[in-house]
Amino acid sequence: MRIVVNIERCTGCGQCIDSCPFTAIVMQEGKAFINEYCQFCRACMSICPEGAIIEIMEEGDIQKADISDYKGVWVFAEQRDGMVASVAYELLGAGRRLADELKAELSAVLVGSTEDQAKELIKWGADKVYHCKDSIFEKFNDEPYSQLLTNLVKTHKPEIVLAGATPIGRSFIPRVAARLRTGLTADCTALEIDRDSGNLLQIRPAFGGNIMATILCPNHRPQMATVRPRVMKRGEYNADRNGEIIPVSADNITIRTKVLETIKEVSECMVNLQEADVIVAGGRGLGKPDGFKMLEELAEVLDGAVGASRAAVDEGWIPYSHQVGQTGKTVCPKIYIACGISGAVQHLVGMQSSDIIIAINKNPEAPIFNVATYGIVGDVYEVVPLLIKKIKEIKEL
Amino acid sequence: MNIIVCIKQVPDTAEVRINPETNTLIREGVPSIINPYDLHAIEAALQIKEKTGAKVTVITMGPPQAEDALREAISMGVDDVRLISDRAFAGADTWATSYALYKAIEKLGYDIILCGKQAIDGDTAQVGPEVAEFLNIPHIAYIRKIEDVSDKSIKVQRLMDEGYDVVESSLPVLLTVVKEINTPRLPSLKGKMAAKKAVITKMDLNAIGAEAENVGLKGSPTQVKNIFAPQSKADRKMFRGSVEEQVDMLVRELRGLKCV
Ligand SMILES: Cc1cc2nc3c(=O)[nH]c(=O)nc-3n(C[C@H](O)[C@H](O)[C@H](O)COP(=O)(O)OP(=O)(O)OC[C@H]3O[C@@H](n4cnc5c(N)ncnc54)[C@H](O)[C@@H]3O)c2cc1C
Ligand SMILES: Nc1ncnc2c1ncn2[C@@H]1O[C@H](COP(=O)(O)O)[C@@H](O)[C@H]1O
Repeated sequence: MRIVVNIERCTGCGQCIDSCPFTAIVMQEGKAFINEYCQFCRACMSICPEGAIIEIMEEGDIQKADISDYKGVWVFAEQRDGMVASVAYELLGAGRRLADELKAELSAVLVGSTEDQAKELIKWGADKVYHCKDSIFEKFNDEPYSQLLTNLVKTHKPEIVLAGATPIGRSFIPRVAARLRTGLTADCTALEIDRDSGNLLQIRPAFGGNIMATILCPNHRPQMATVRPRVMKRGEYNADRNGEIIPVSADNITIRTKVLETIKEVSECMVNLQEADVIVAGGRGLGKPDGFKMLEELAEVLDGAVGASRAAVDEGWIPYSHQVGQTGKTVCPKIYIACGISGAVQHLVGMQSSDIIIAINKNPEAPIFNVATYGIVGDVYEVVPLLIKKIKEIKEL
Repeated sequence: MNIIVCIKQVPDTAEVRINPETNTLIREGVPSIINPYDLHAIEAALQIKEKTGAKVTVITMGPPQAEDALREAISMGVDDVRLISDRAFAGADTWATSYALYKAIEKLGYDIILCGKQAIDGDTAQVGPEVAEFLNIPHIAYIRKIEDVSDKSIKVQRLMDEGYDVVESSLPVLLTVVKEINTPRLPSLKGKMAAKKAVITKMDLNAIGAEAENVGLKGSPTQVKNIFAPQSKADRKMFRGSVEEQVDMLVRELRGLKCV
């Protein structure tokens, strides 16, 4: 397929050029021309007032692999230090919903970890758990992880494979997709089944969160996606649920990388931002490093973690591991409290999918208020201490 | 030793916005830049070169204008560049992009391949690991420090959620880097002169030896169905009154939500 401009009809108005998210249209001798940047999103086709942009099919466009053999939804249940990560339970929630809609089974794949943890996955919604206890999986290593999952998928042919968009999932799942010659959609924030085709609609932010895109993998199986932690809801926990645990052995695995050491750098205020329900974040508006002491106190009464804008990190008030945004972490807590943060787009992309955003800023025009659920115009040094005091009062009641 | 760095030319995303009325992108005057993470990959390659005398080749797959990104790389001091460009590569997703890069890299020869952690337009972070799988070599993602490198092996620090891992690998290997790894150098005057004069070698479908059905849109398992503007939160509330009153209102809302 190609998207081309019918130059007879093109008036050279240039509207398509502005509409193209990929800078794929240029003006050539007064007519629009679509170049190699084209991603076939069709944005230009709907904008052209002359109907001059058309789609042409080429030979070999439709290349259907045999996809009818593929059945069932799989979740890769990531573990750290033997404990299943919470994103796995969220994926089971999402996976259960998709499997029910497709009238299919939901299976989990667990590598490393224990039988008890495998049983937990069943209680959280899995019908089957493929479990490999081999010690090579204790620490995360791309090669054994990707080889085992690839082999399992080849043997059992699931229709959908989901994994967490965590450092682990985003590192090794691409290898699996490459080997299986199938599509992989990164960092999805919503998943639906298309009623007509039965295909998985994979929705994800692109361009730093400025736009959302729906991605399909219509002719290849499995349909694979990594899913952003904390956006899917966990399913229901049922201690009486039954399911099957299928032991798997790790054969024919080549390993050329070795994890020598694992170093934890979790500071007292809990750097693991991506797991926290509440994040209290500070920016340049704090004016001095001491401001973060105050924010730590607020985080403590709310049982949360401390985040920061890049400006605050650049000032040296707080380490980089706390940075939220395009070049820092992407977070999605229940509550994000932005204190003295202006709301630059690079910061927003890292936190705007939080459930509730509270902005405290002395400038009523600050862009952070555009994304805030609740806004307080005021000085952080007045607002935050008062907020701490009032929350403490309630807690003591 | 041969080092290949994969870079991508991207729009400076900070400036891409959607027009909420027409649901189309406003991109007037959005400049193209080298993907910021890829600048760190180039810097890492140059630092290895300074230590070991390796040869650094920067490649990009993209339309003819991606040449600008390669010239910028030359100005930073890399030895050689290749523009992988062909009409047939258009519309590639990460699978088809990785496939084309793999074919090109195989032709060029390699010991270490460096990529950015992710490209800021798609934010997928998939191309690096996929290229490694095609080449059937190991990869290590999210490198924040290269501790040691020899002809046969490399030792690096890999950033994880709760800290970092020290990982060792045999060569050849592919690494994707995060921005903590270094500060990219600025182009030198001499570099800028060289960049201006450089003749950029192009590789097309034939030159990389790829099959047409595996590249571009045809080779891509995924398709973009549509794009739309993110929903803005409708239930926005600005508190008014004295600071004390505003804080009271906030605390009340939080209690209502059972957050406190
Ligand atoms: C490629 C690139 C990547 C980037 N990545 C990131 C990223 O990952 N994360 C990130 O955060 N940024 C990132 N940035 C930087 C970003 O553009 C902004 O510069 C940064 O987010 C600004 O931080 P800030 O809001 O803390 O500071 P400022 O923009 O200086 O805002 C300070 C705010 O505090 C308010 N204020 C001042 N005093 C008080 C007070 N006493 N009480 C209440 N409010 C007060 C002011 O009104 C102002 O709104 C990136 C930039 C680039 C170019
Ligand atoms: N078209 C391309 N040409 C060369 N390298 C690329 C290309 N696309 C992606 N890469 C490399 O792969 C990394 C990850 O990109 P992505 O998977 O698109 O997020 C980038 O930082 C680049 O190093």
